[in-house]
Formats: sequence, C-alpha cells, structure tokens
Amino acid sequence: MSSSGWNLTGDALAETLFSGVAVGCKYALVALGFVIVFKATKVLNFAQASFVLVGGFLCWQMAVTWELNFYVALLAAMVGGAVLGMVVEQLLMRRLLGEPPFALIMLTVGVLYVLDNVTTAIWGPEDRGLQDPWGSRTVDLGAVNLAVADLWTIGVTSAALLAFYLFFGHSSLGLAMRATADDQEAALAVGIDARTVHRVSWAVAGALGALAGIMLASGAGSVGPGLGLIALVAFPAMILGGLESPLGAVVGGLVIGMAQQLTALLQPEFAPWLGSGFERVAPYAIMVAILLVRPYGLFGEREVRRI
Amino acid sequence: MVVGSTIEPTLGQADKALDVENLEVVYNDVVLVLRGVSLNIARGAIVTLLGANGAGKTTLLRAVSGLLELHRADATKGSIRLDGHDVTRLASASRVGKGLAQVMEGRRIFTSLTVEENLRSGGIAAASRSEANDTFGRMLEMFPVLARRLHDVAGYLSGGEQQMLAIGRALMSGPSMLLLDEPSLGLAPRVVEQIRDVVVEVNRHGTSVLLVEQNAAMALSIADHGYVMEHGRIVREGPASSLLADRDIAEFYLGGGTDRRSYADVKTYRRRKTWGA
Repeated sequence: MSSSGWNLTGDALAETLFSGVAVGCKYALVALGFVIVFKATKVLNFAQASFVLVGGFLCWQMAVTWELNFYVALLAAMVGGAVLGMVVEQLLMRRLLGEPPFALIMLTVGVLYVLDNVTTAIWGPEDRGLQDPWGSRTVDLGAVNLAVADLWTIGVTSAALLAFYLFFGHSSLGLAMRATADDQEAALAVGIDARTVHRVSWAVAGALGALAGIMLASGAGSVGPGLGLIALVAFPAMILGGLESPLGAVVGGLVIGMAQQLTALLQPEFAPWLGSGFERVAPYAIMVAILLVRPYGLFGEREVRRI
Repeated sequence: MVVGSTIEPTLGQADKALDVENLEVVYNDVVLVLRGVSLNIARGAIVTLLGANGAGKTTLLRAVSGLLELHRADATKGSIRLDGHDVTRLASASRVGKGLAQVMEGRRIFTSLTVEENLRSGGIAAASRSEANDTFGRMLEMFPVLARRLHDVAGYLSGGEQQMLAIGRALMSGPSMLLLDEPSLGLAPRVVEQIRDVVVEVNRHGTSVLLVEQNAAMALSIADHGYVMEHGRIVREGPASSLLADRDIAEFYLGGGTDRRSYADVKTYRRRKTWGA
C-alpha cells in the first residue's frame, strides 16, 4: 500500500494506452481529411467537422431507421460524405478559386454552421446510439479489457491509412495530387487538371470525415450535434503534425488521443487541483507547447519562398 | 495581317504550330500588359522572343499555356491557335492535350517529389500509359544525368540538373509545340551550352520551339526567327540572322562593343535611359 494512495495498475495503464490509440485513430482520420484538402488547395477546411457530423447521422439513418446492415450503412455513409465533399467543392469553393485563402477559409466556416444547423433541423438535437454491432462489448486479454469498438476503430483506420498511402504513392491521380500540392501552377502547366485534383481531394476528405464520424459515434459514443465539436479536437492534432503532412496528421492524432486518455486517468490522481474535465483542455495545451518549440508542427514544412 | 511572313510568304493556317493574333491581356481588370501582340511559329521552327524584364514575355507564355486565370489576368482581345485549333478559351490541361508543353521560368520542378515522379507527372497528360513509358525511356537516354539520380528528391539537384528535369518533364507529354521561358537563367556557360544542344535536339525531332531568353546571343544562334517585345508590344521581328546584325539589338541584348555587357548592365542602362528622358 503506497502512502500517496496510488492505485494505478499496469493493466489500467495498458487499457488506457489502448483506448488512447483508438481515440487517436479517430482524430487521425479527421486530421487526415483536413490535411488532404489543405495540401491540394491551401484551404484550412473547417467544414471537415460537419462532414464528420453528417457522416455519423447518415450512418444512423441507414443502419437504425432503415435497418440496413451496419457495414453497408458505413460504406454508404462514406460515399455520402464523398458526395457532400464534392458538392461543397463544386458549388462553393470552385467559385472563389484564385481569391485570397482567407475568403475560402471563411467560406468553410460558413459551410460548417450551415451544415450543423441543417443536420439538427433534419435529425433533431438529441443524442442517439448508433446501434453498431460492437456496442460496449469487450474482449479480455488476461486482466486487460479491450473494447471491441476500439479494436475495430484501429483496424478500420489502419486499412484507411493503407488505402490512402497506396492511392497517393502509387496511382497517377495520387501523383497528380502530390504534384499539385507541390506547385499548383507547374502542375497545371504539365497538363494536370486541377479541377479533378480539387474534386477528388474534397471527396476523399468527405469520406474520411464520414468514417471518422461513424467511429466516434460507435461503441460508447453517440450520434448527436456534439459530434462536430468532438471532431474539432482533431484540429490540434493536425496543427501538431504540421498542416501539410499526412504522416503528421496520424502521429498528431495518436499523440492527442493518448494524451487525452492519459490525462483522464492520471490527472485526478496527481493534479486534482486542475479540476474535472481537464482532458478536454490537454490537446490544446500540448498543441501550444509543441508549436512554441516547432512552429511548423512536428512534420511541417517550412514555406520555401521563391525568388 | 500575318506577322512573320518574312520567312514563308504563303504560310497557311495549317503550317503554323502556334499563331497568336492581336492578343491583349489585362491583369486585375485594369493593368494592360499585352497590347495587341501577334506572333507565329512555323511548324518545326525555333523562334525566339527577346525583351527586357517587364516587357510581357512571361505574360504571353501564360496566355498561350492557359495560366492567366491563376494570376487574375484575362485575354480580353485576340486569339491563340495551336496547330490551327483555337485554344484561346481552353483550360491548360486541354492545351497540353493538343500538344503544347511549357518549361516555366525558374524551372518550377516539383521539389518534394523524386526525379522519376517529376518525369512521370509530365506523362499523366500523355495519350496512353504505354506511350508515356516509351517517352520515359527516351528521356532517360536523352538525359543520362537524370537517369543516374532517378530516385533522388528533385529539390536537391543542381540548377542545371533541375533545368534538364524541367525540360524532360515537359517533353513527357510528347508535345509538338514547346515553350521555354529563360532556360539559361542563372546557369553556368557550360550548362547553357548543354541546354542549347538539348533544344536543338528536341527541335530536330520535329517539335516547334518558342524560346524566351535574356541570353540573346545563345537564343539567336539557334533560332530561325526572332521577335523583340517592349512594353507589351512586338517592336521588331525578323530572321534570326538579320536580328543578330541589328545595331539596336546588339546594343540592348548582345552587349555593344568588344566587352560583352552582362544583362544586368543592359538593364541599368535601359533604366537610366528611360528615367533620364
């Protein structure tokens, strides 16, 4: 018996780290959506959070109301997210092409609020369970309990990252997107169609956002207007990793997820004077600390100015 | 009126790789940069465009390759034809599809991608994948220096290697008309010679070339025909040999007298002349 009343076990720590990875994966999916749009179009897309929200609701609509198979609903919601991303790009972003980035960023903030209110108008303000097949089931690994939803989250995220990596590294559309991200004008000059690149970026961001929304709502989570707010925690994850780096988005997401879960576990024990719910502040505190040391994020690129 | 008729008095529309007619370009809806430029390039020719900084050469290239919109500029008058097709309102990608390629000023390679990825990116617009693969092989033969550094990140290449890469990337789409914007800028004399040889070689395989250069001696040494641009207008044109013999051009672009004047000197000289007036 320790004198400080320390009752943290190795198993509790392992469980926390595991759920930290799972939470981090969800943030990584959201952050990856942010990064892909930023890389291709240099727009900080706040509407990413509404893709998360709409994705969660679409999946709920199909899986619960229409009683479709959950996995079918998941894929269909991702397609829905992709379509939504393309519509936003086609109807709004494209019309401001060439305008100052600030105007485009404000436009995405507008989209965020509009979509937030539209979803509330359609589906109402209450939280509801996604009724995913994972629920609150756990598997026991010795004394360690792992949530099935978390296992799925980690698996699905890994698959999405692998697909993302293969697409970017080994397809000609992926090459076109990387070339456009590197130098848009030069990409246009070699005949890469920037409109296609932009459309695909927004579609991928929409699909990743929807997937993130479903993962956030699965297990112990729920679908409700708050989903978009949770997604904004991915914002520090993205900034932490560096706006331009997909790898940074993933690492940033994992750092934030782990930090949040560890704070929730350790802070009441060691720093109860910080009050309750400090784990919601922790991601931002870490973001600030890292930016002070590395203003471009962990994997960010310094802007190279052409002479 | 057909400008450039001095070489081929009966140059028909179909014999022109590029035909720019009375082109006017306005930036931000107010700044008139091209004031009715006409220029054409006979199929298979090398044509050079000379002019001081700010004359509008790069704007003309942007207009031809369809990149004006990105700079908040617009072609308000005139037309651009590629191989007889009007492309004035076409998107840049469609123009590449019609056989146009451009090497931009400052090389503009994709610095974060590898040499191979840079070349492959130029082949995305090629007619077919197998064609792109064939061209890729030919580029490696043509530029052994790139073949040796295929998997290196392009940003770490030397200036000369980057220029070779920029040219190779542009050739990957199999163009019939190549625009080159100051390919010799900032490069050592030996590298400039290599680039000149590459341009001649590319042209020998049937690609028409529009070469924008500050290095007028180099440009005129390989060009068939030349244009001189000033303040958004074509002020002189003629066969390269007659431009080489021209006293004004010698003074401004080749450096008069026995001591070769650098371009920077000419620029200061020009400025003094304008301001002093």
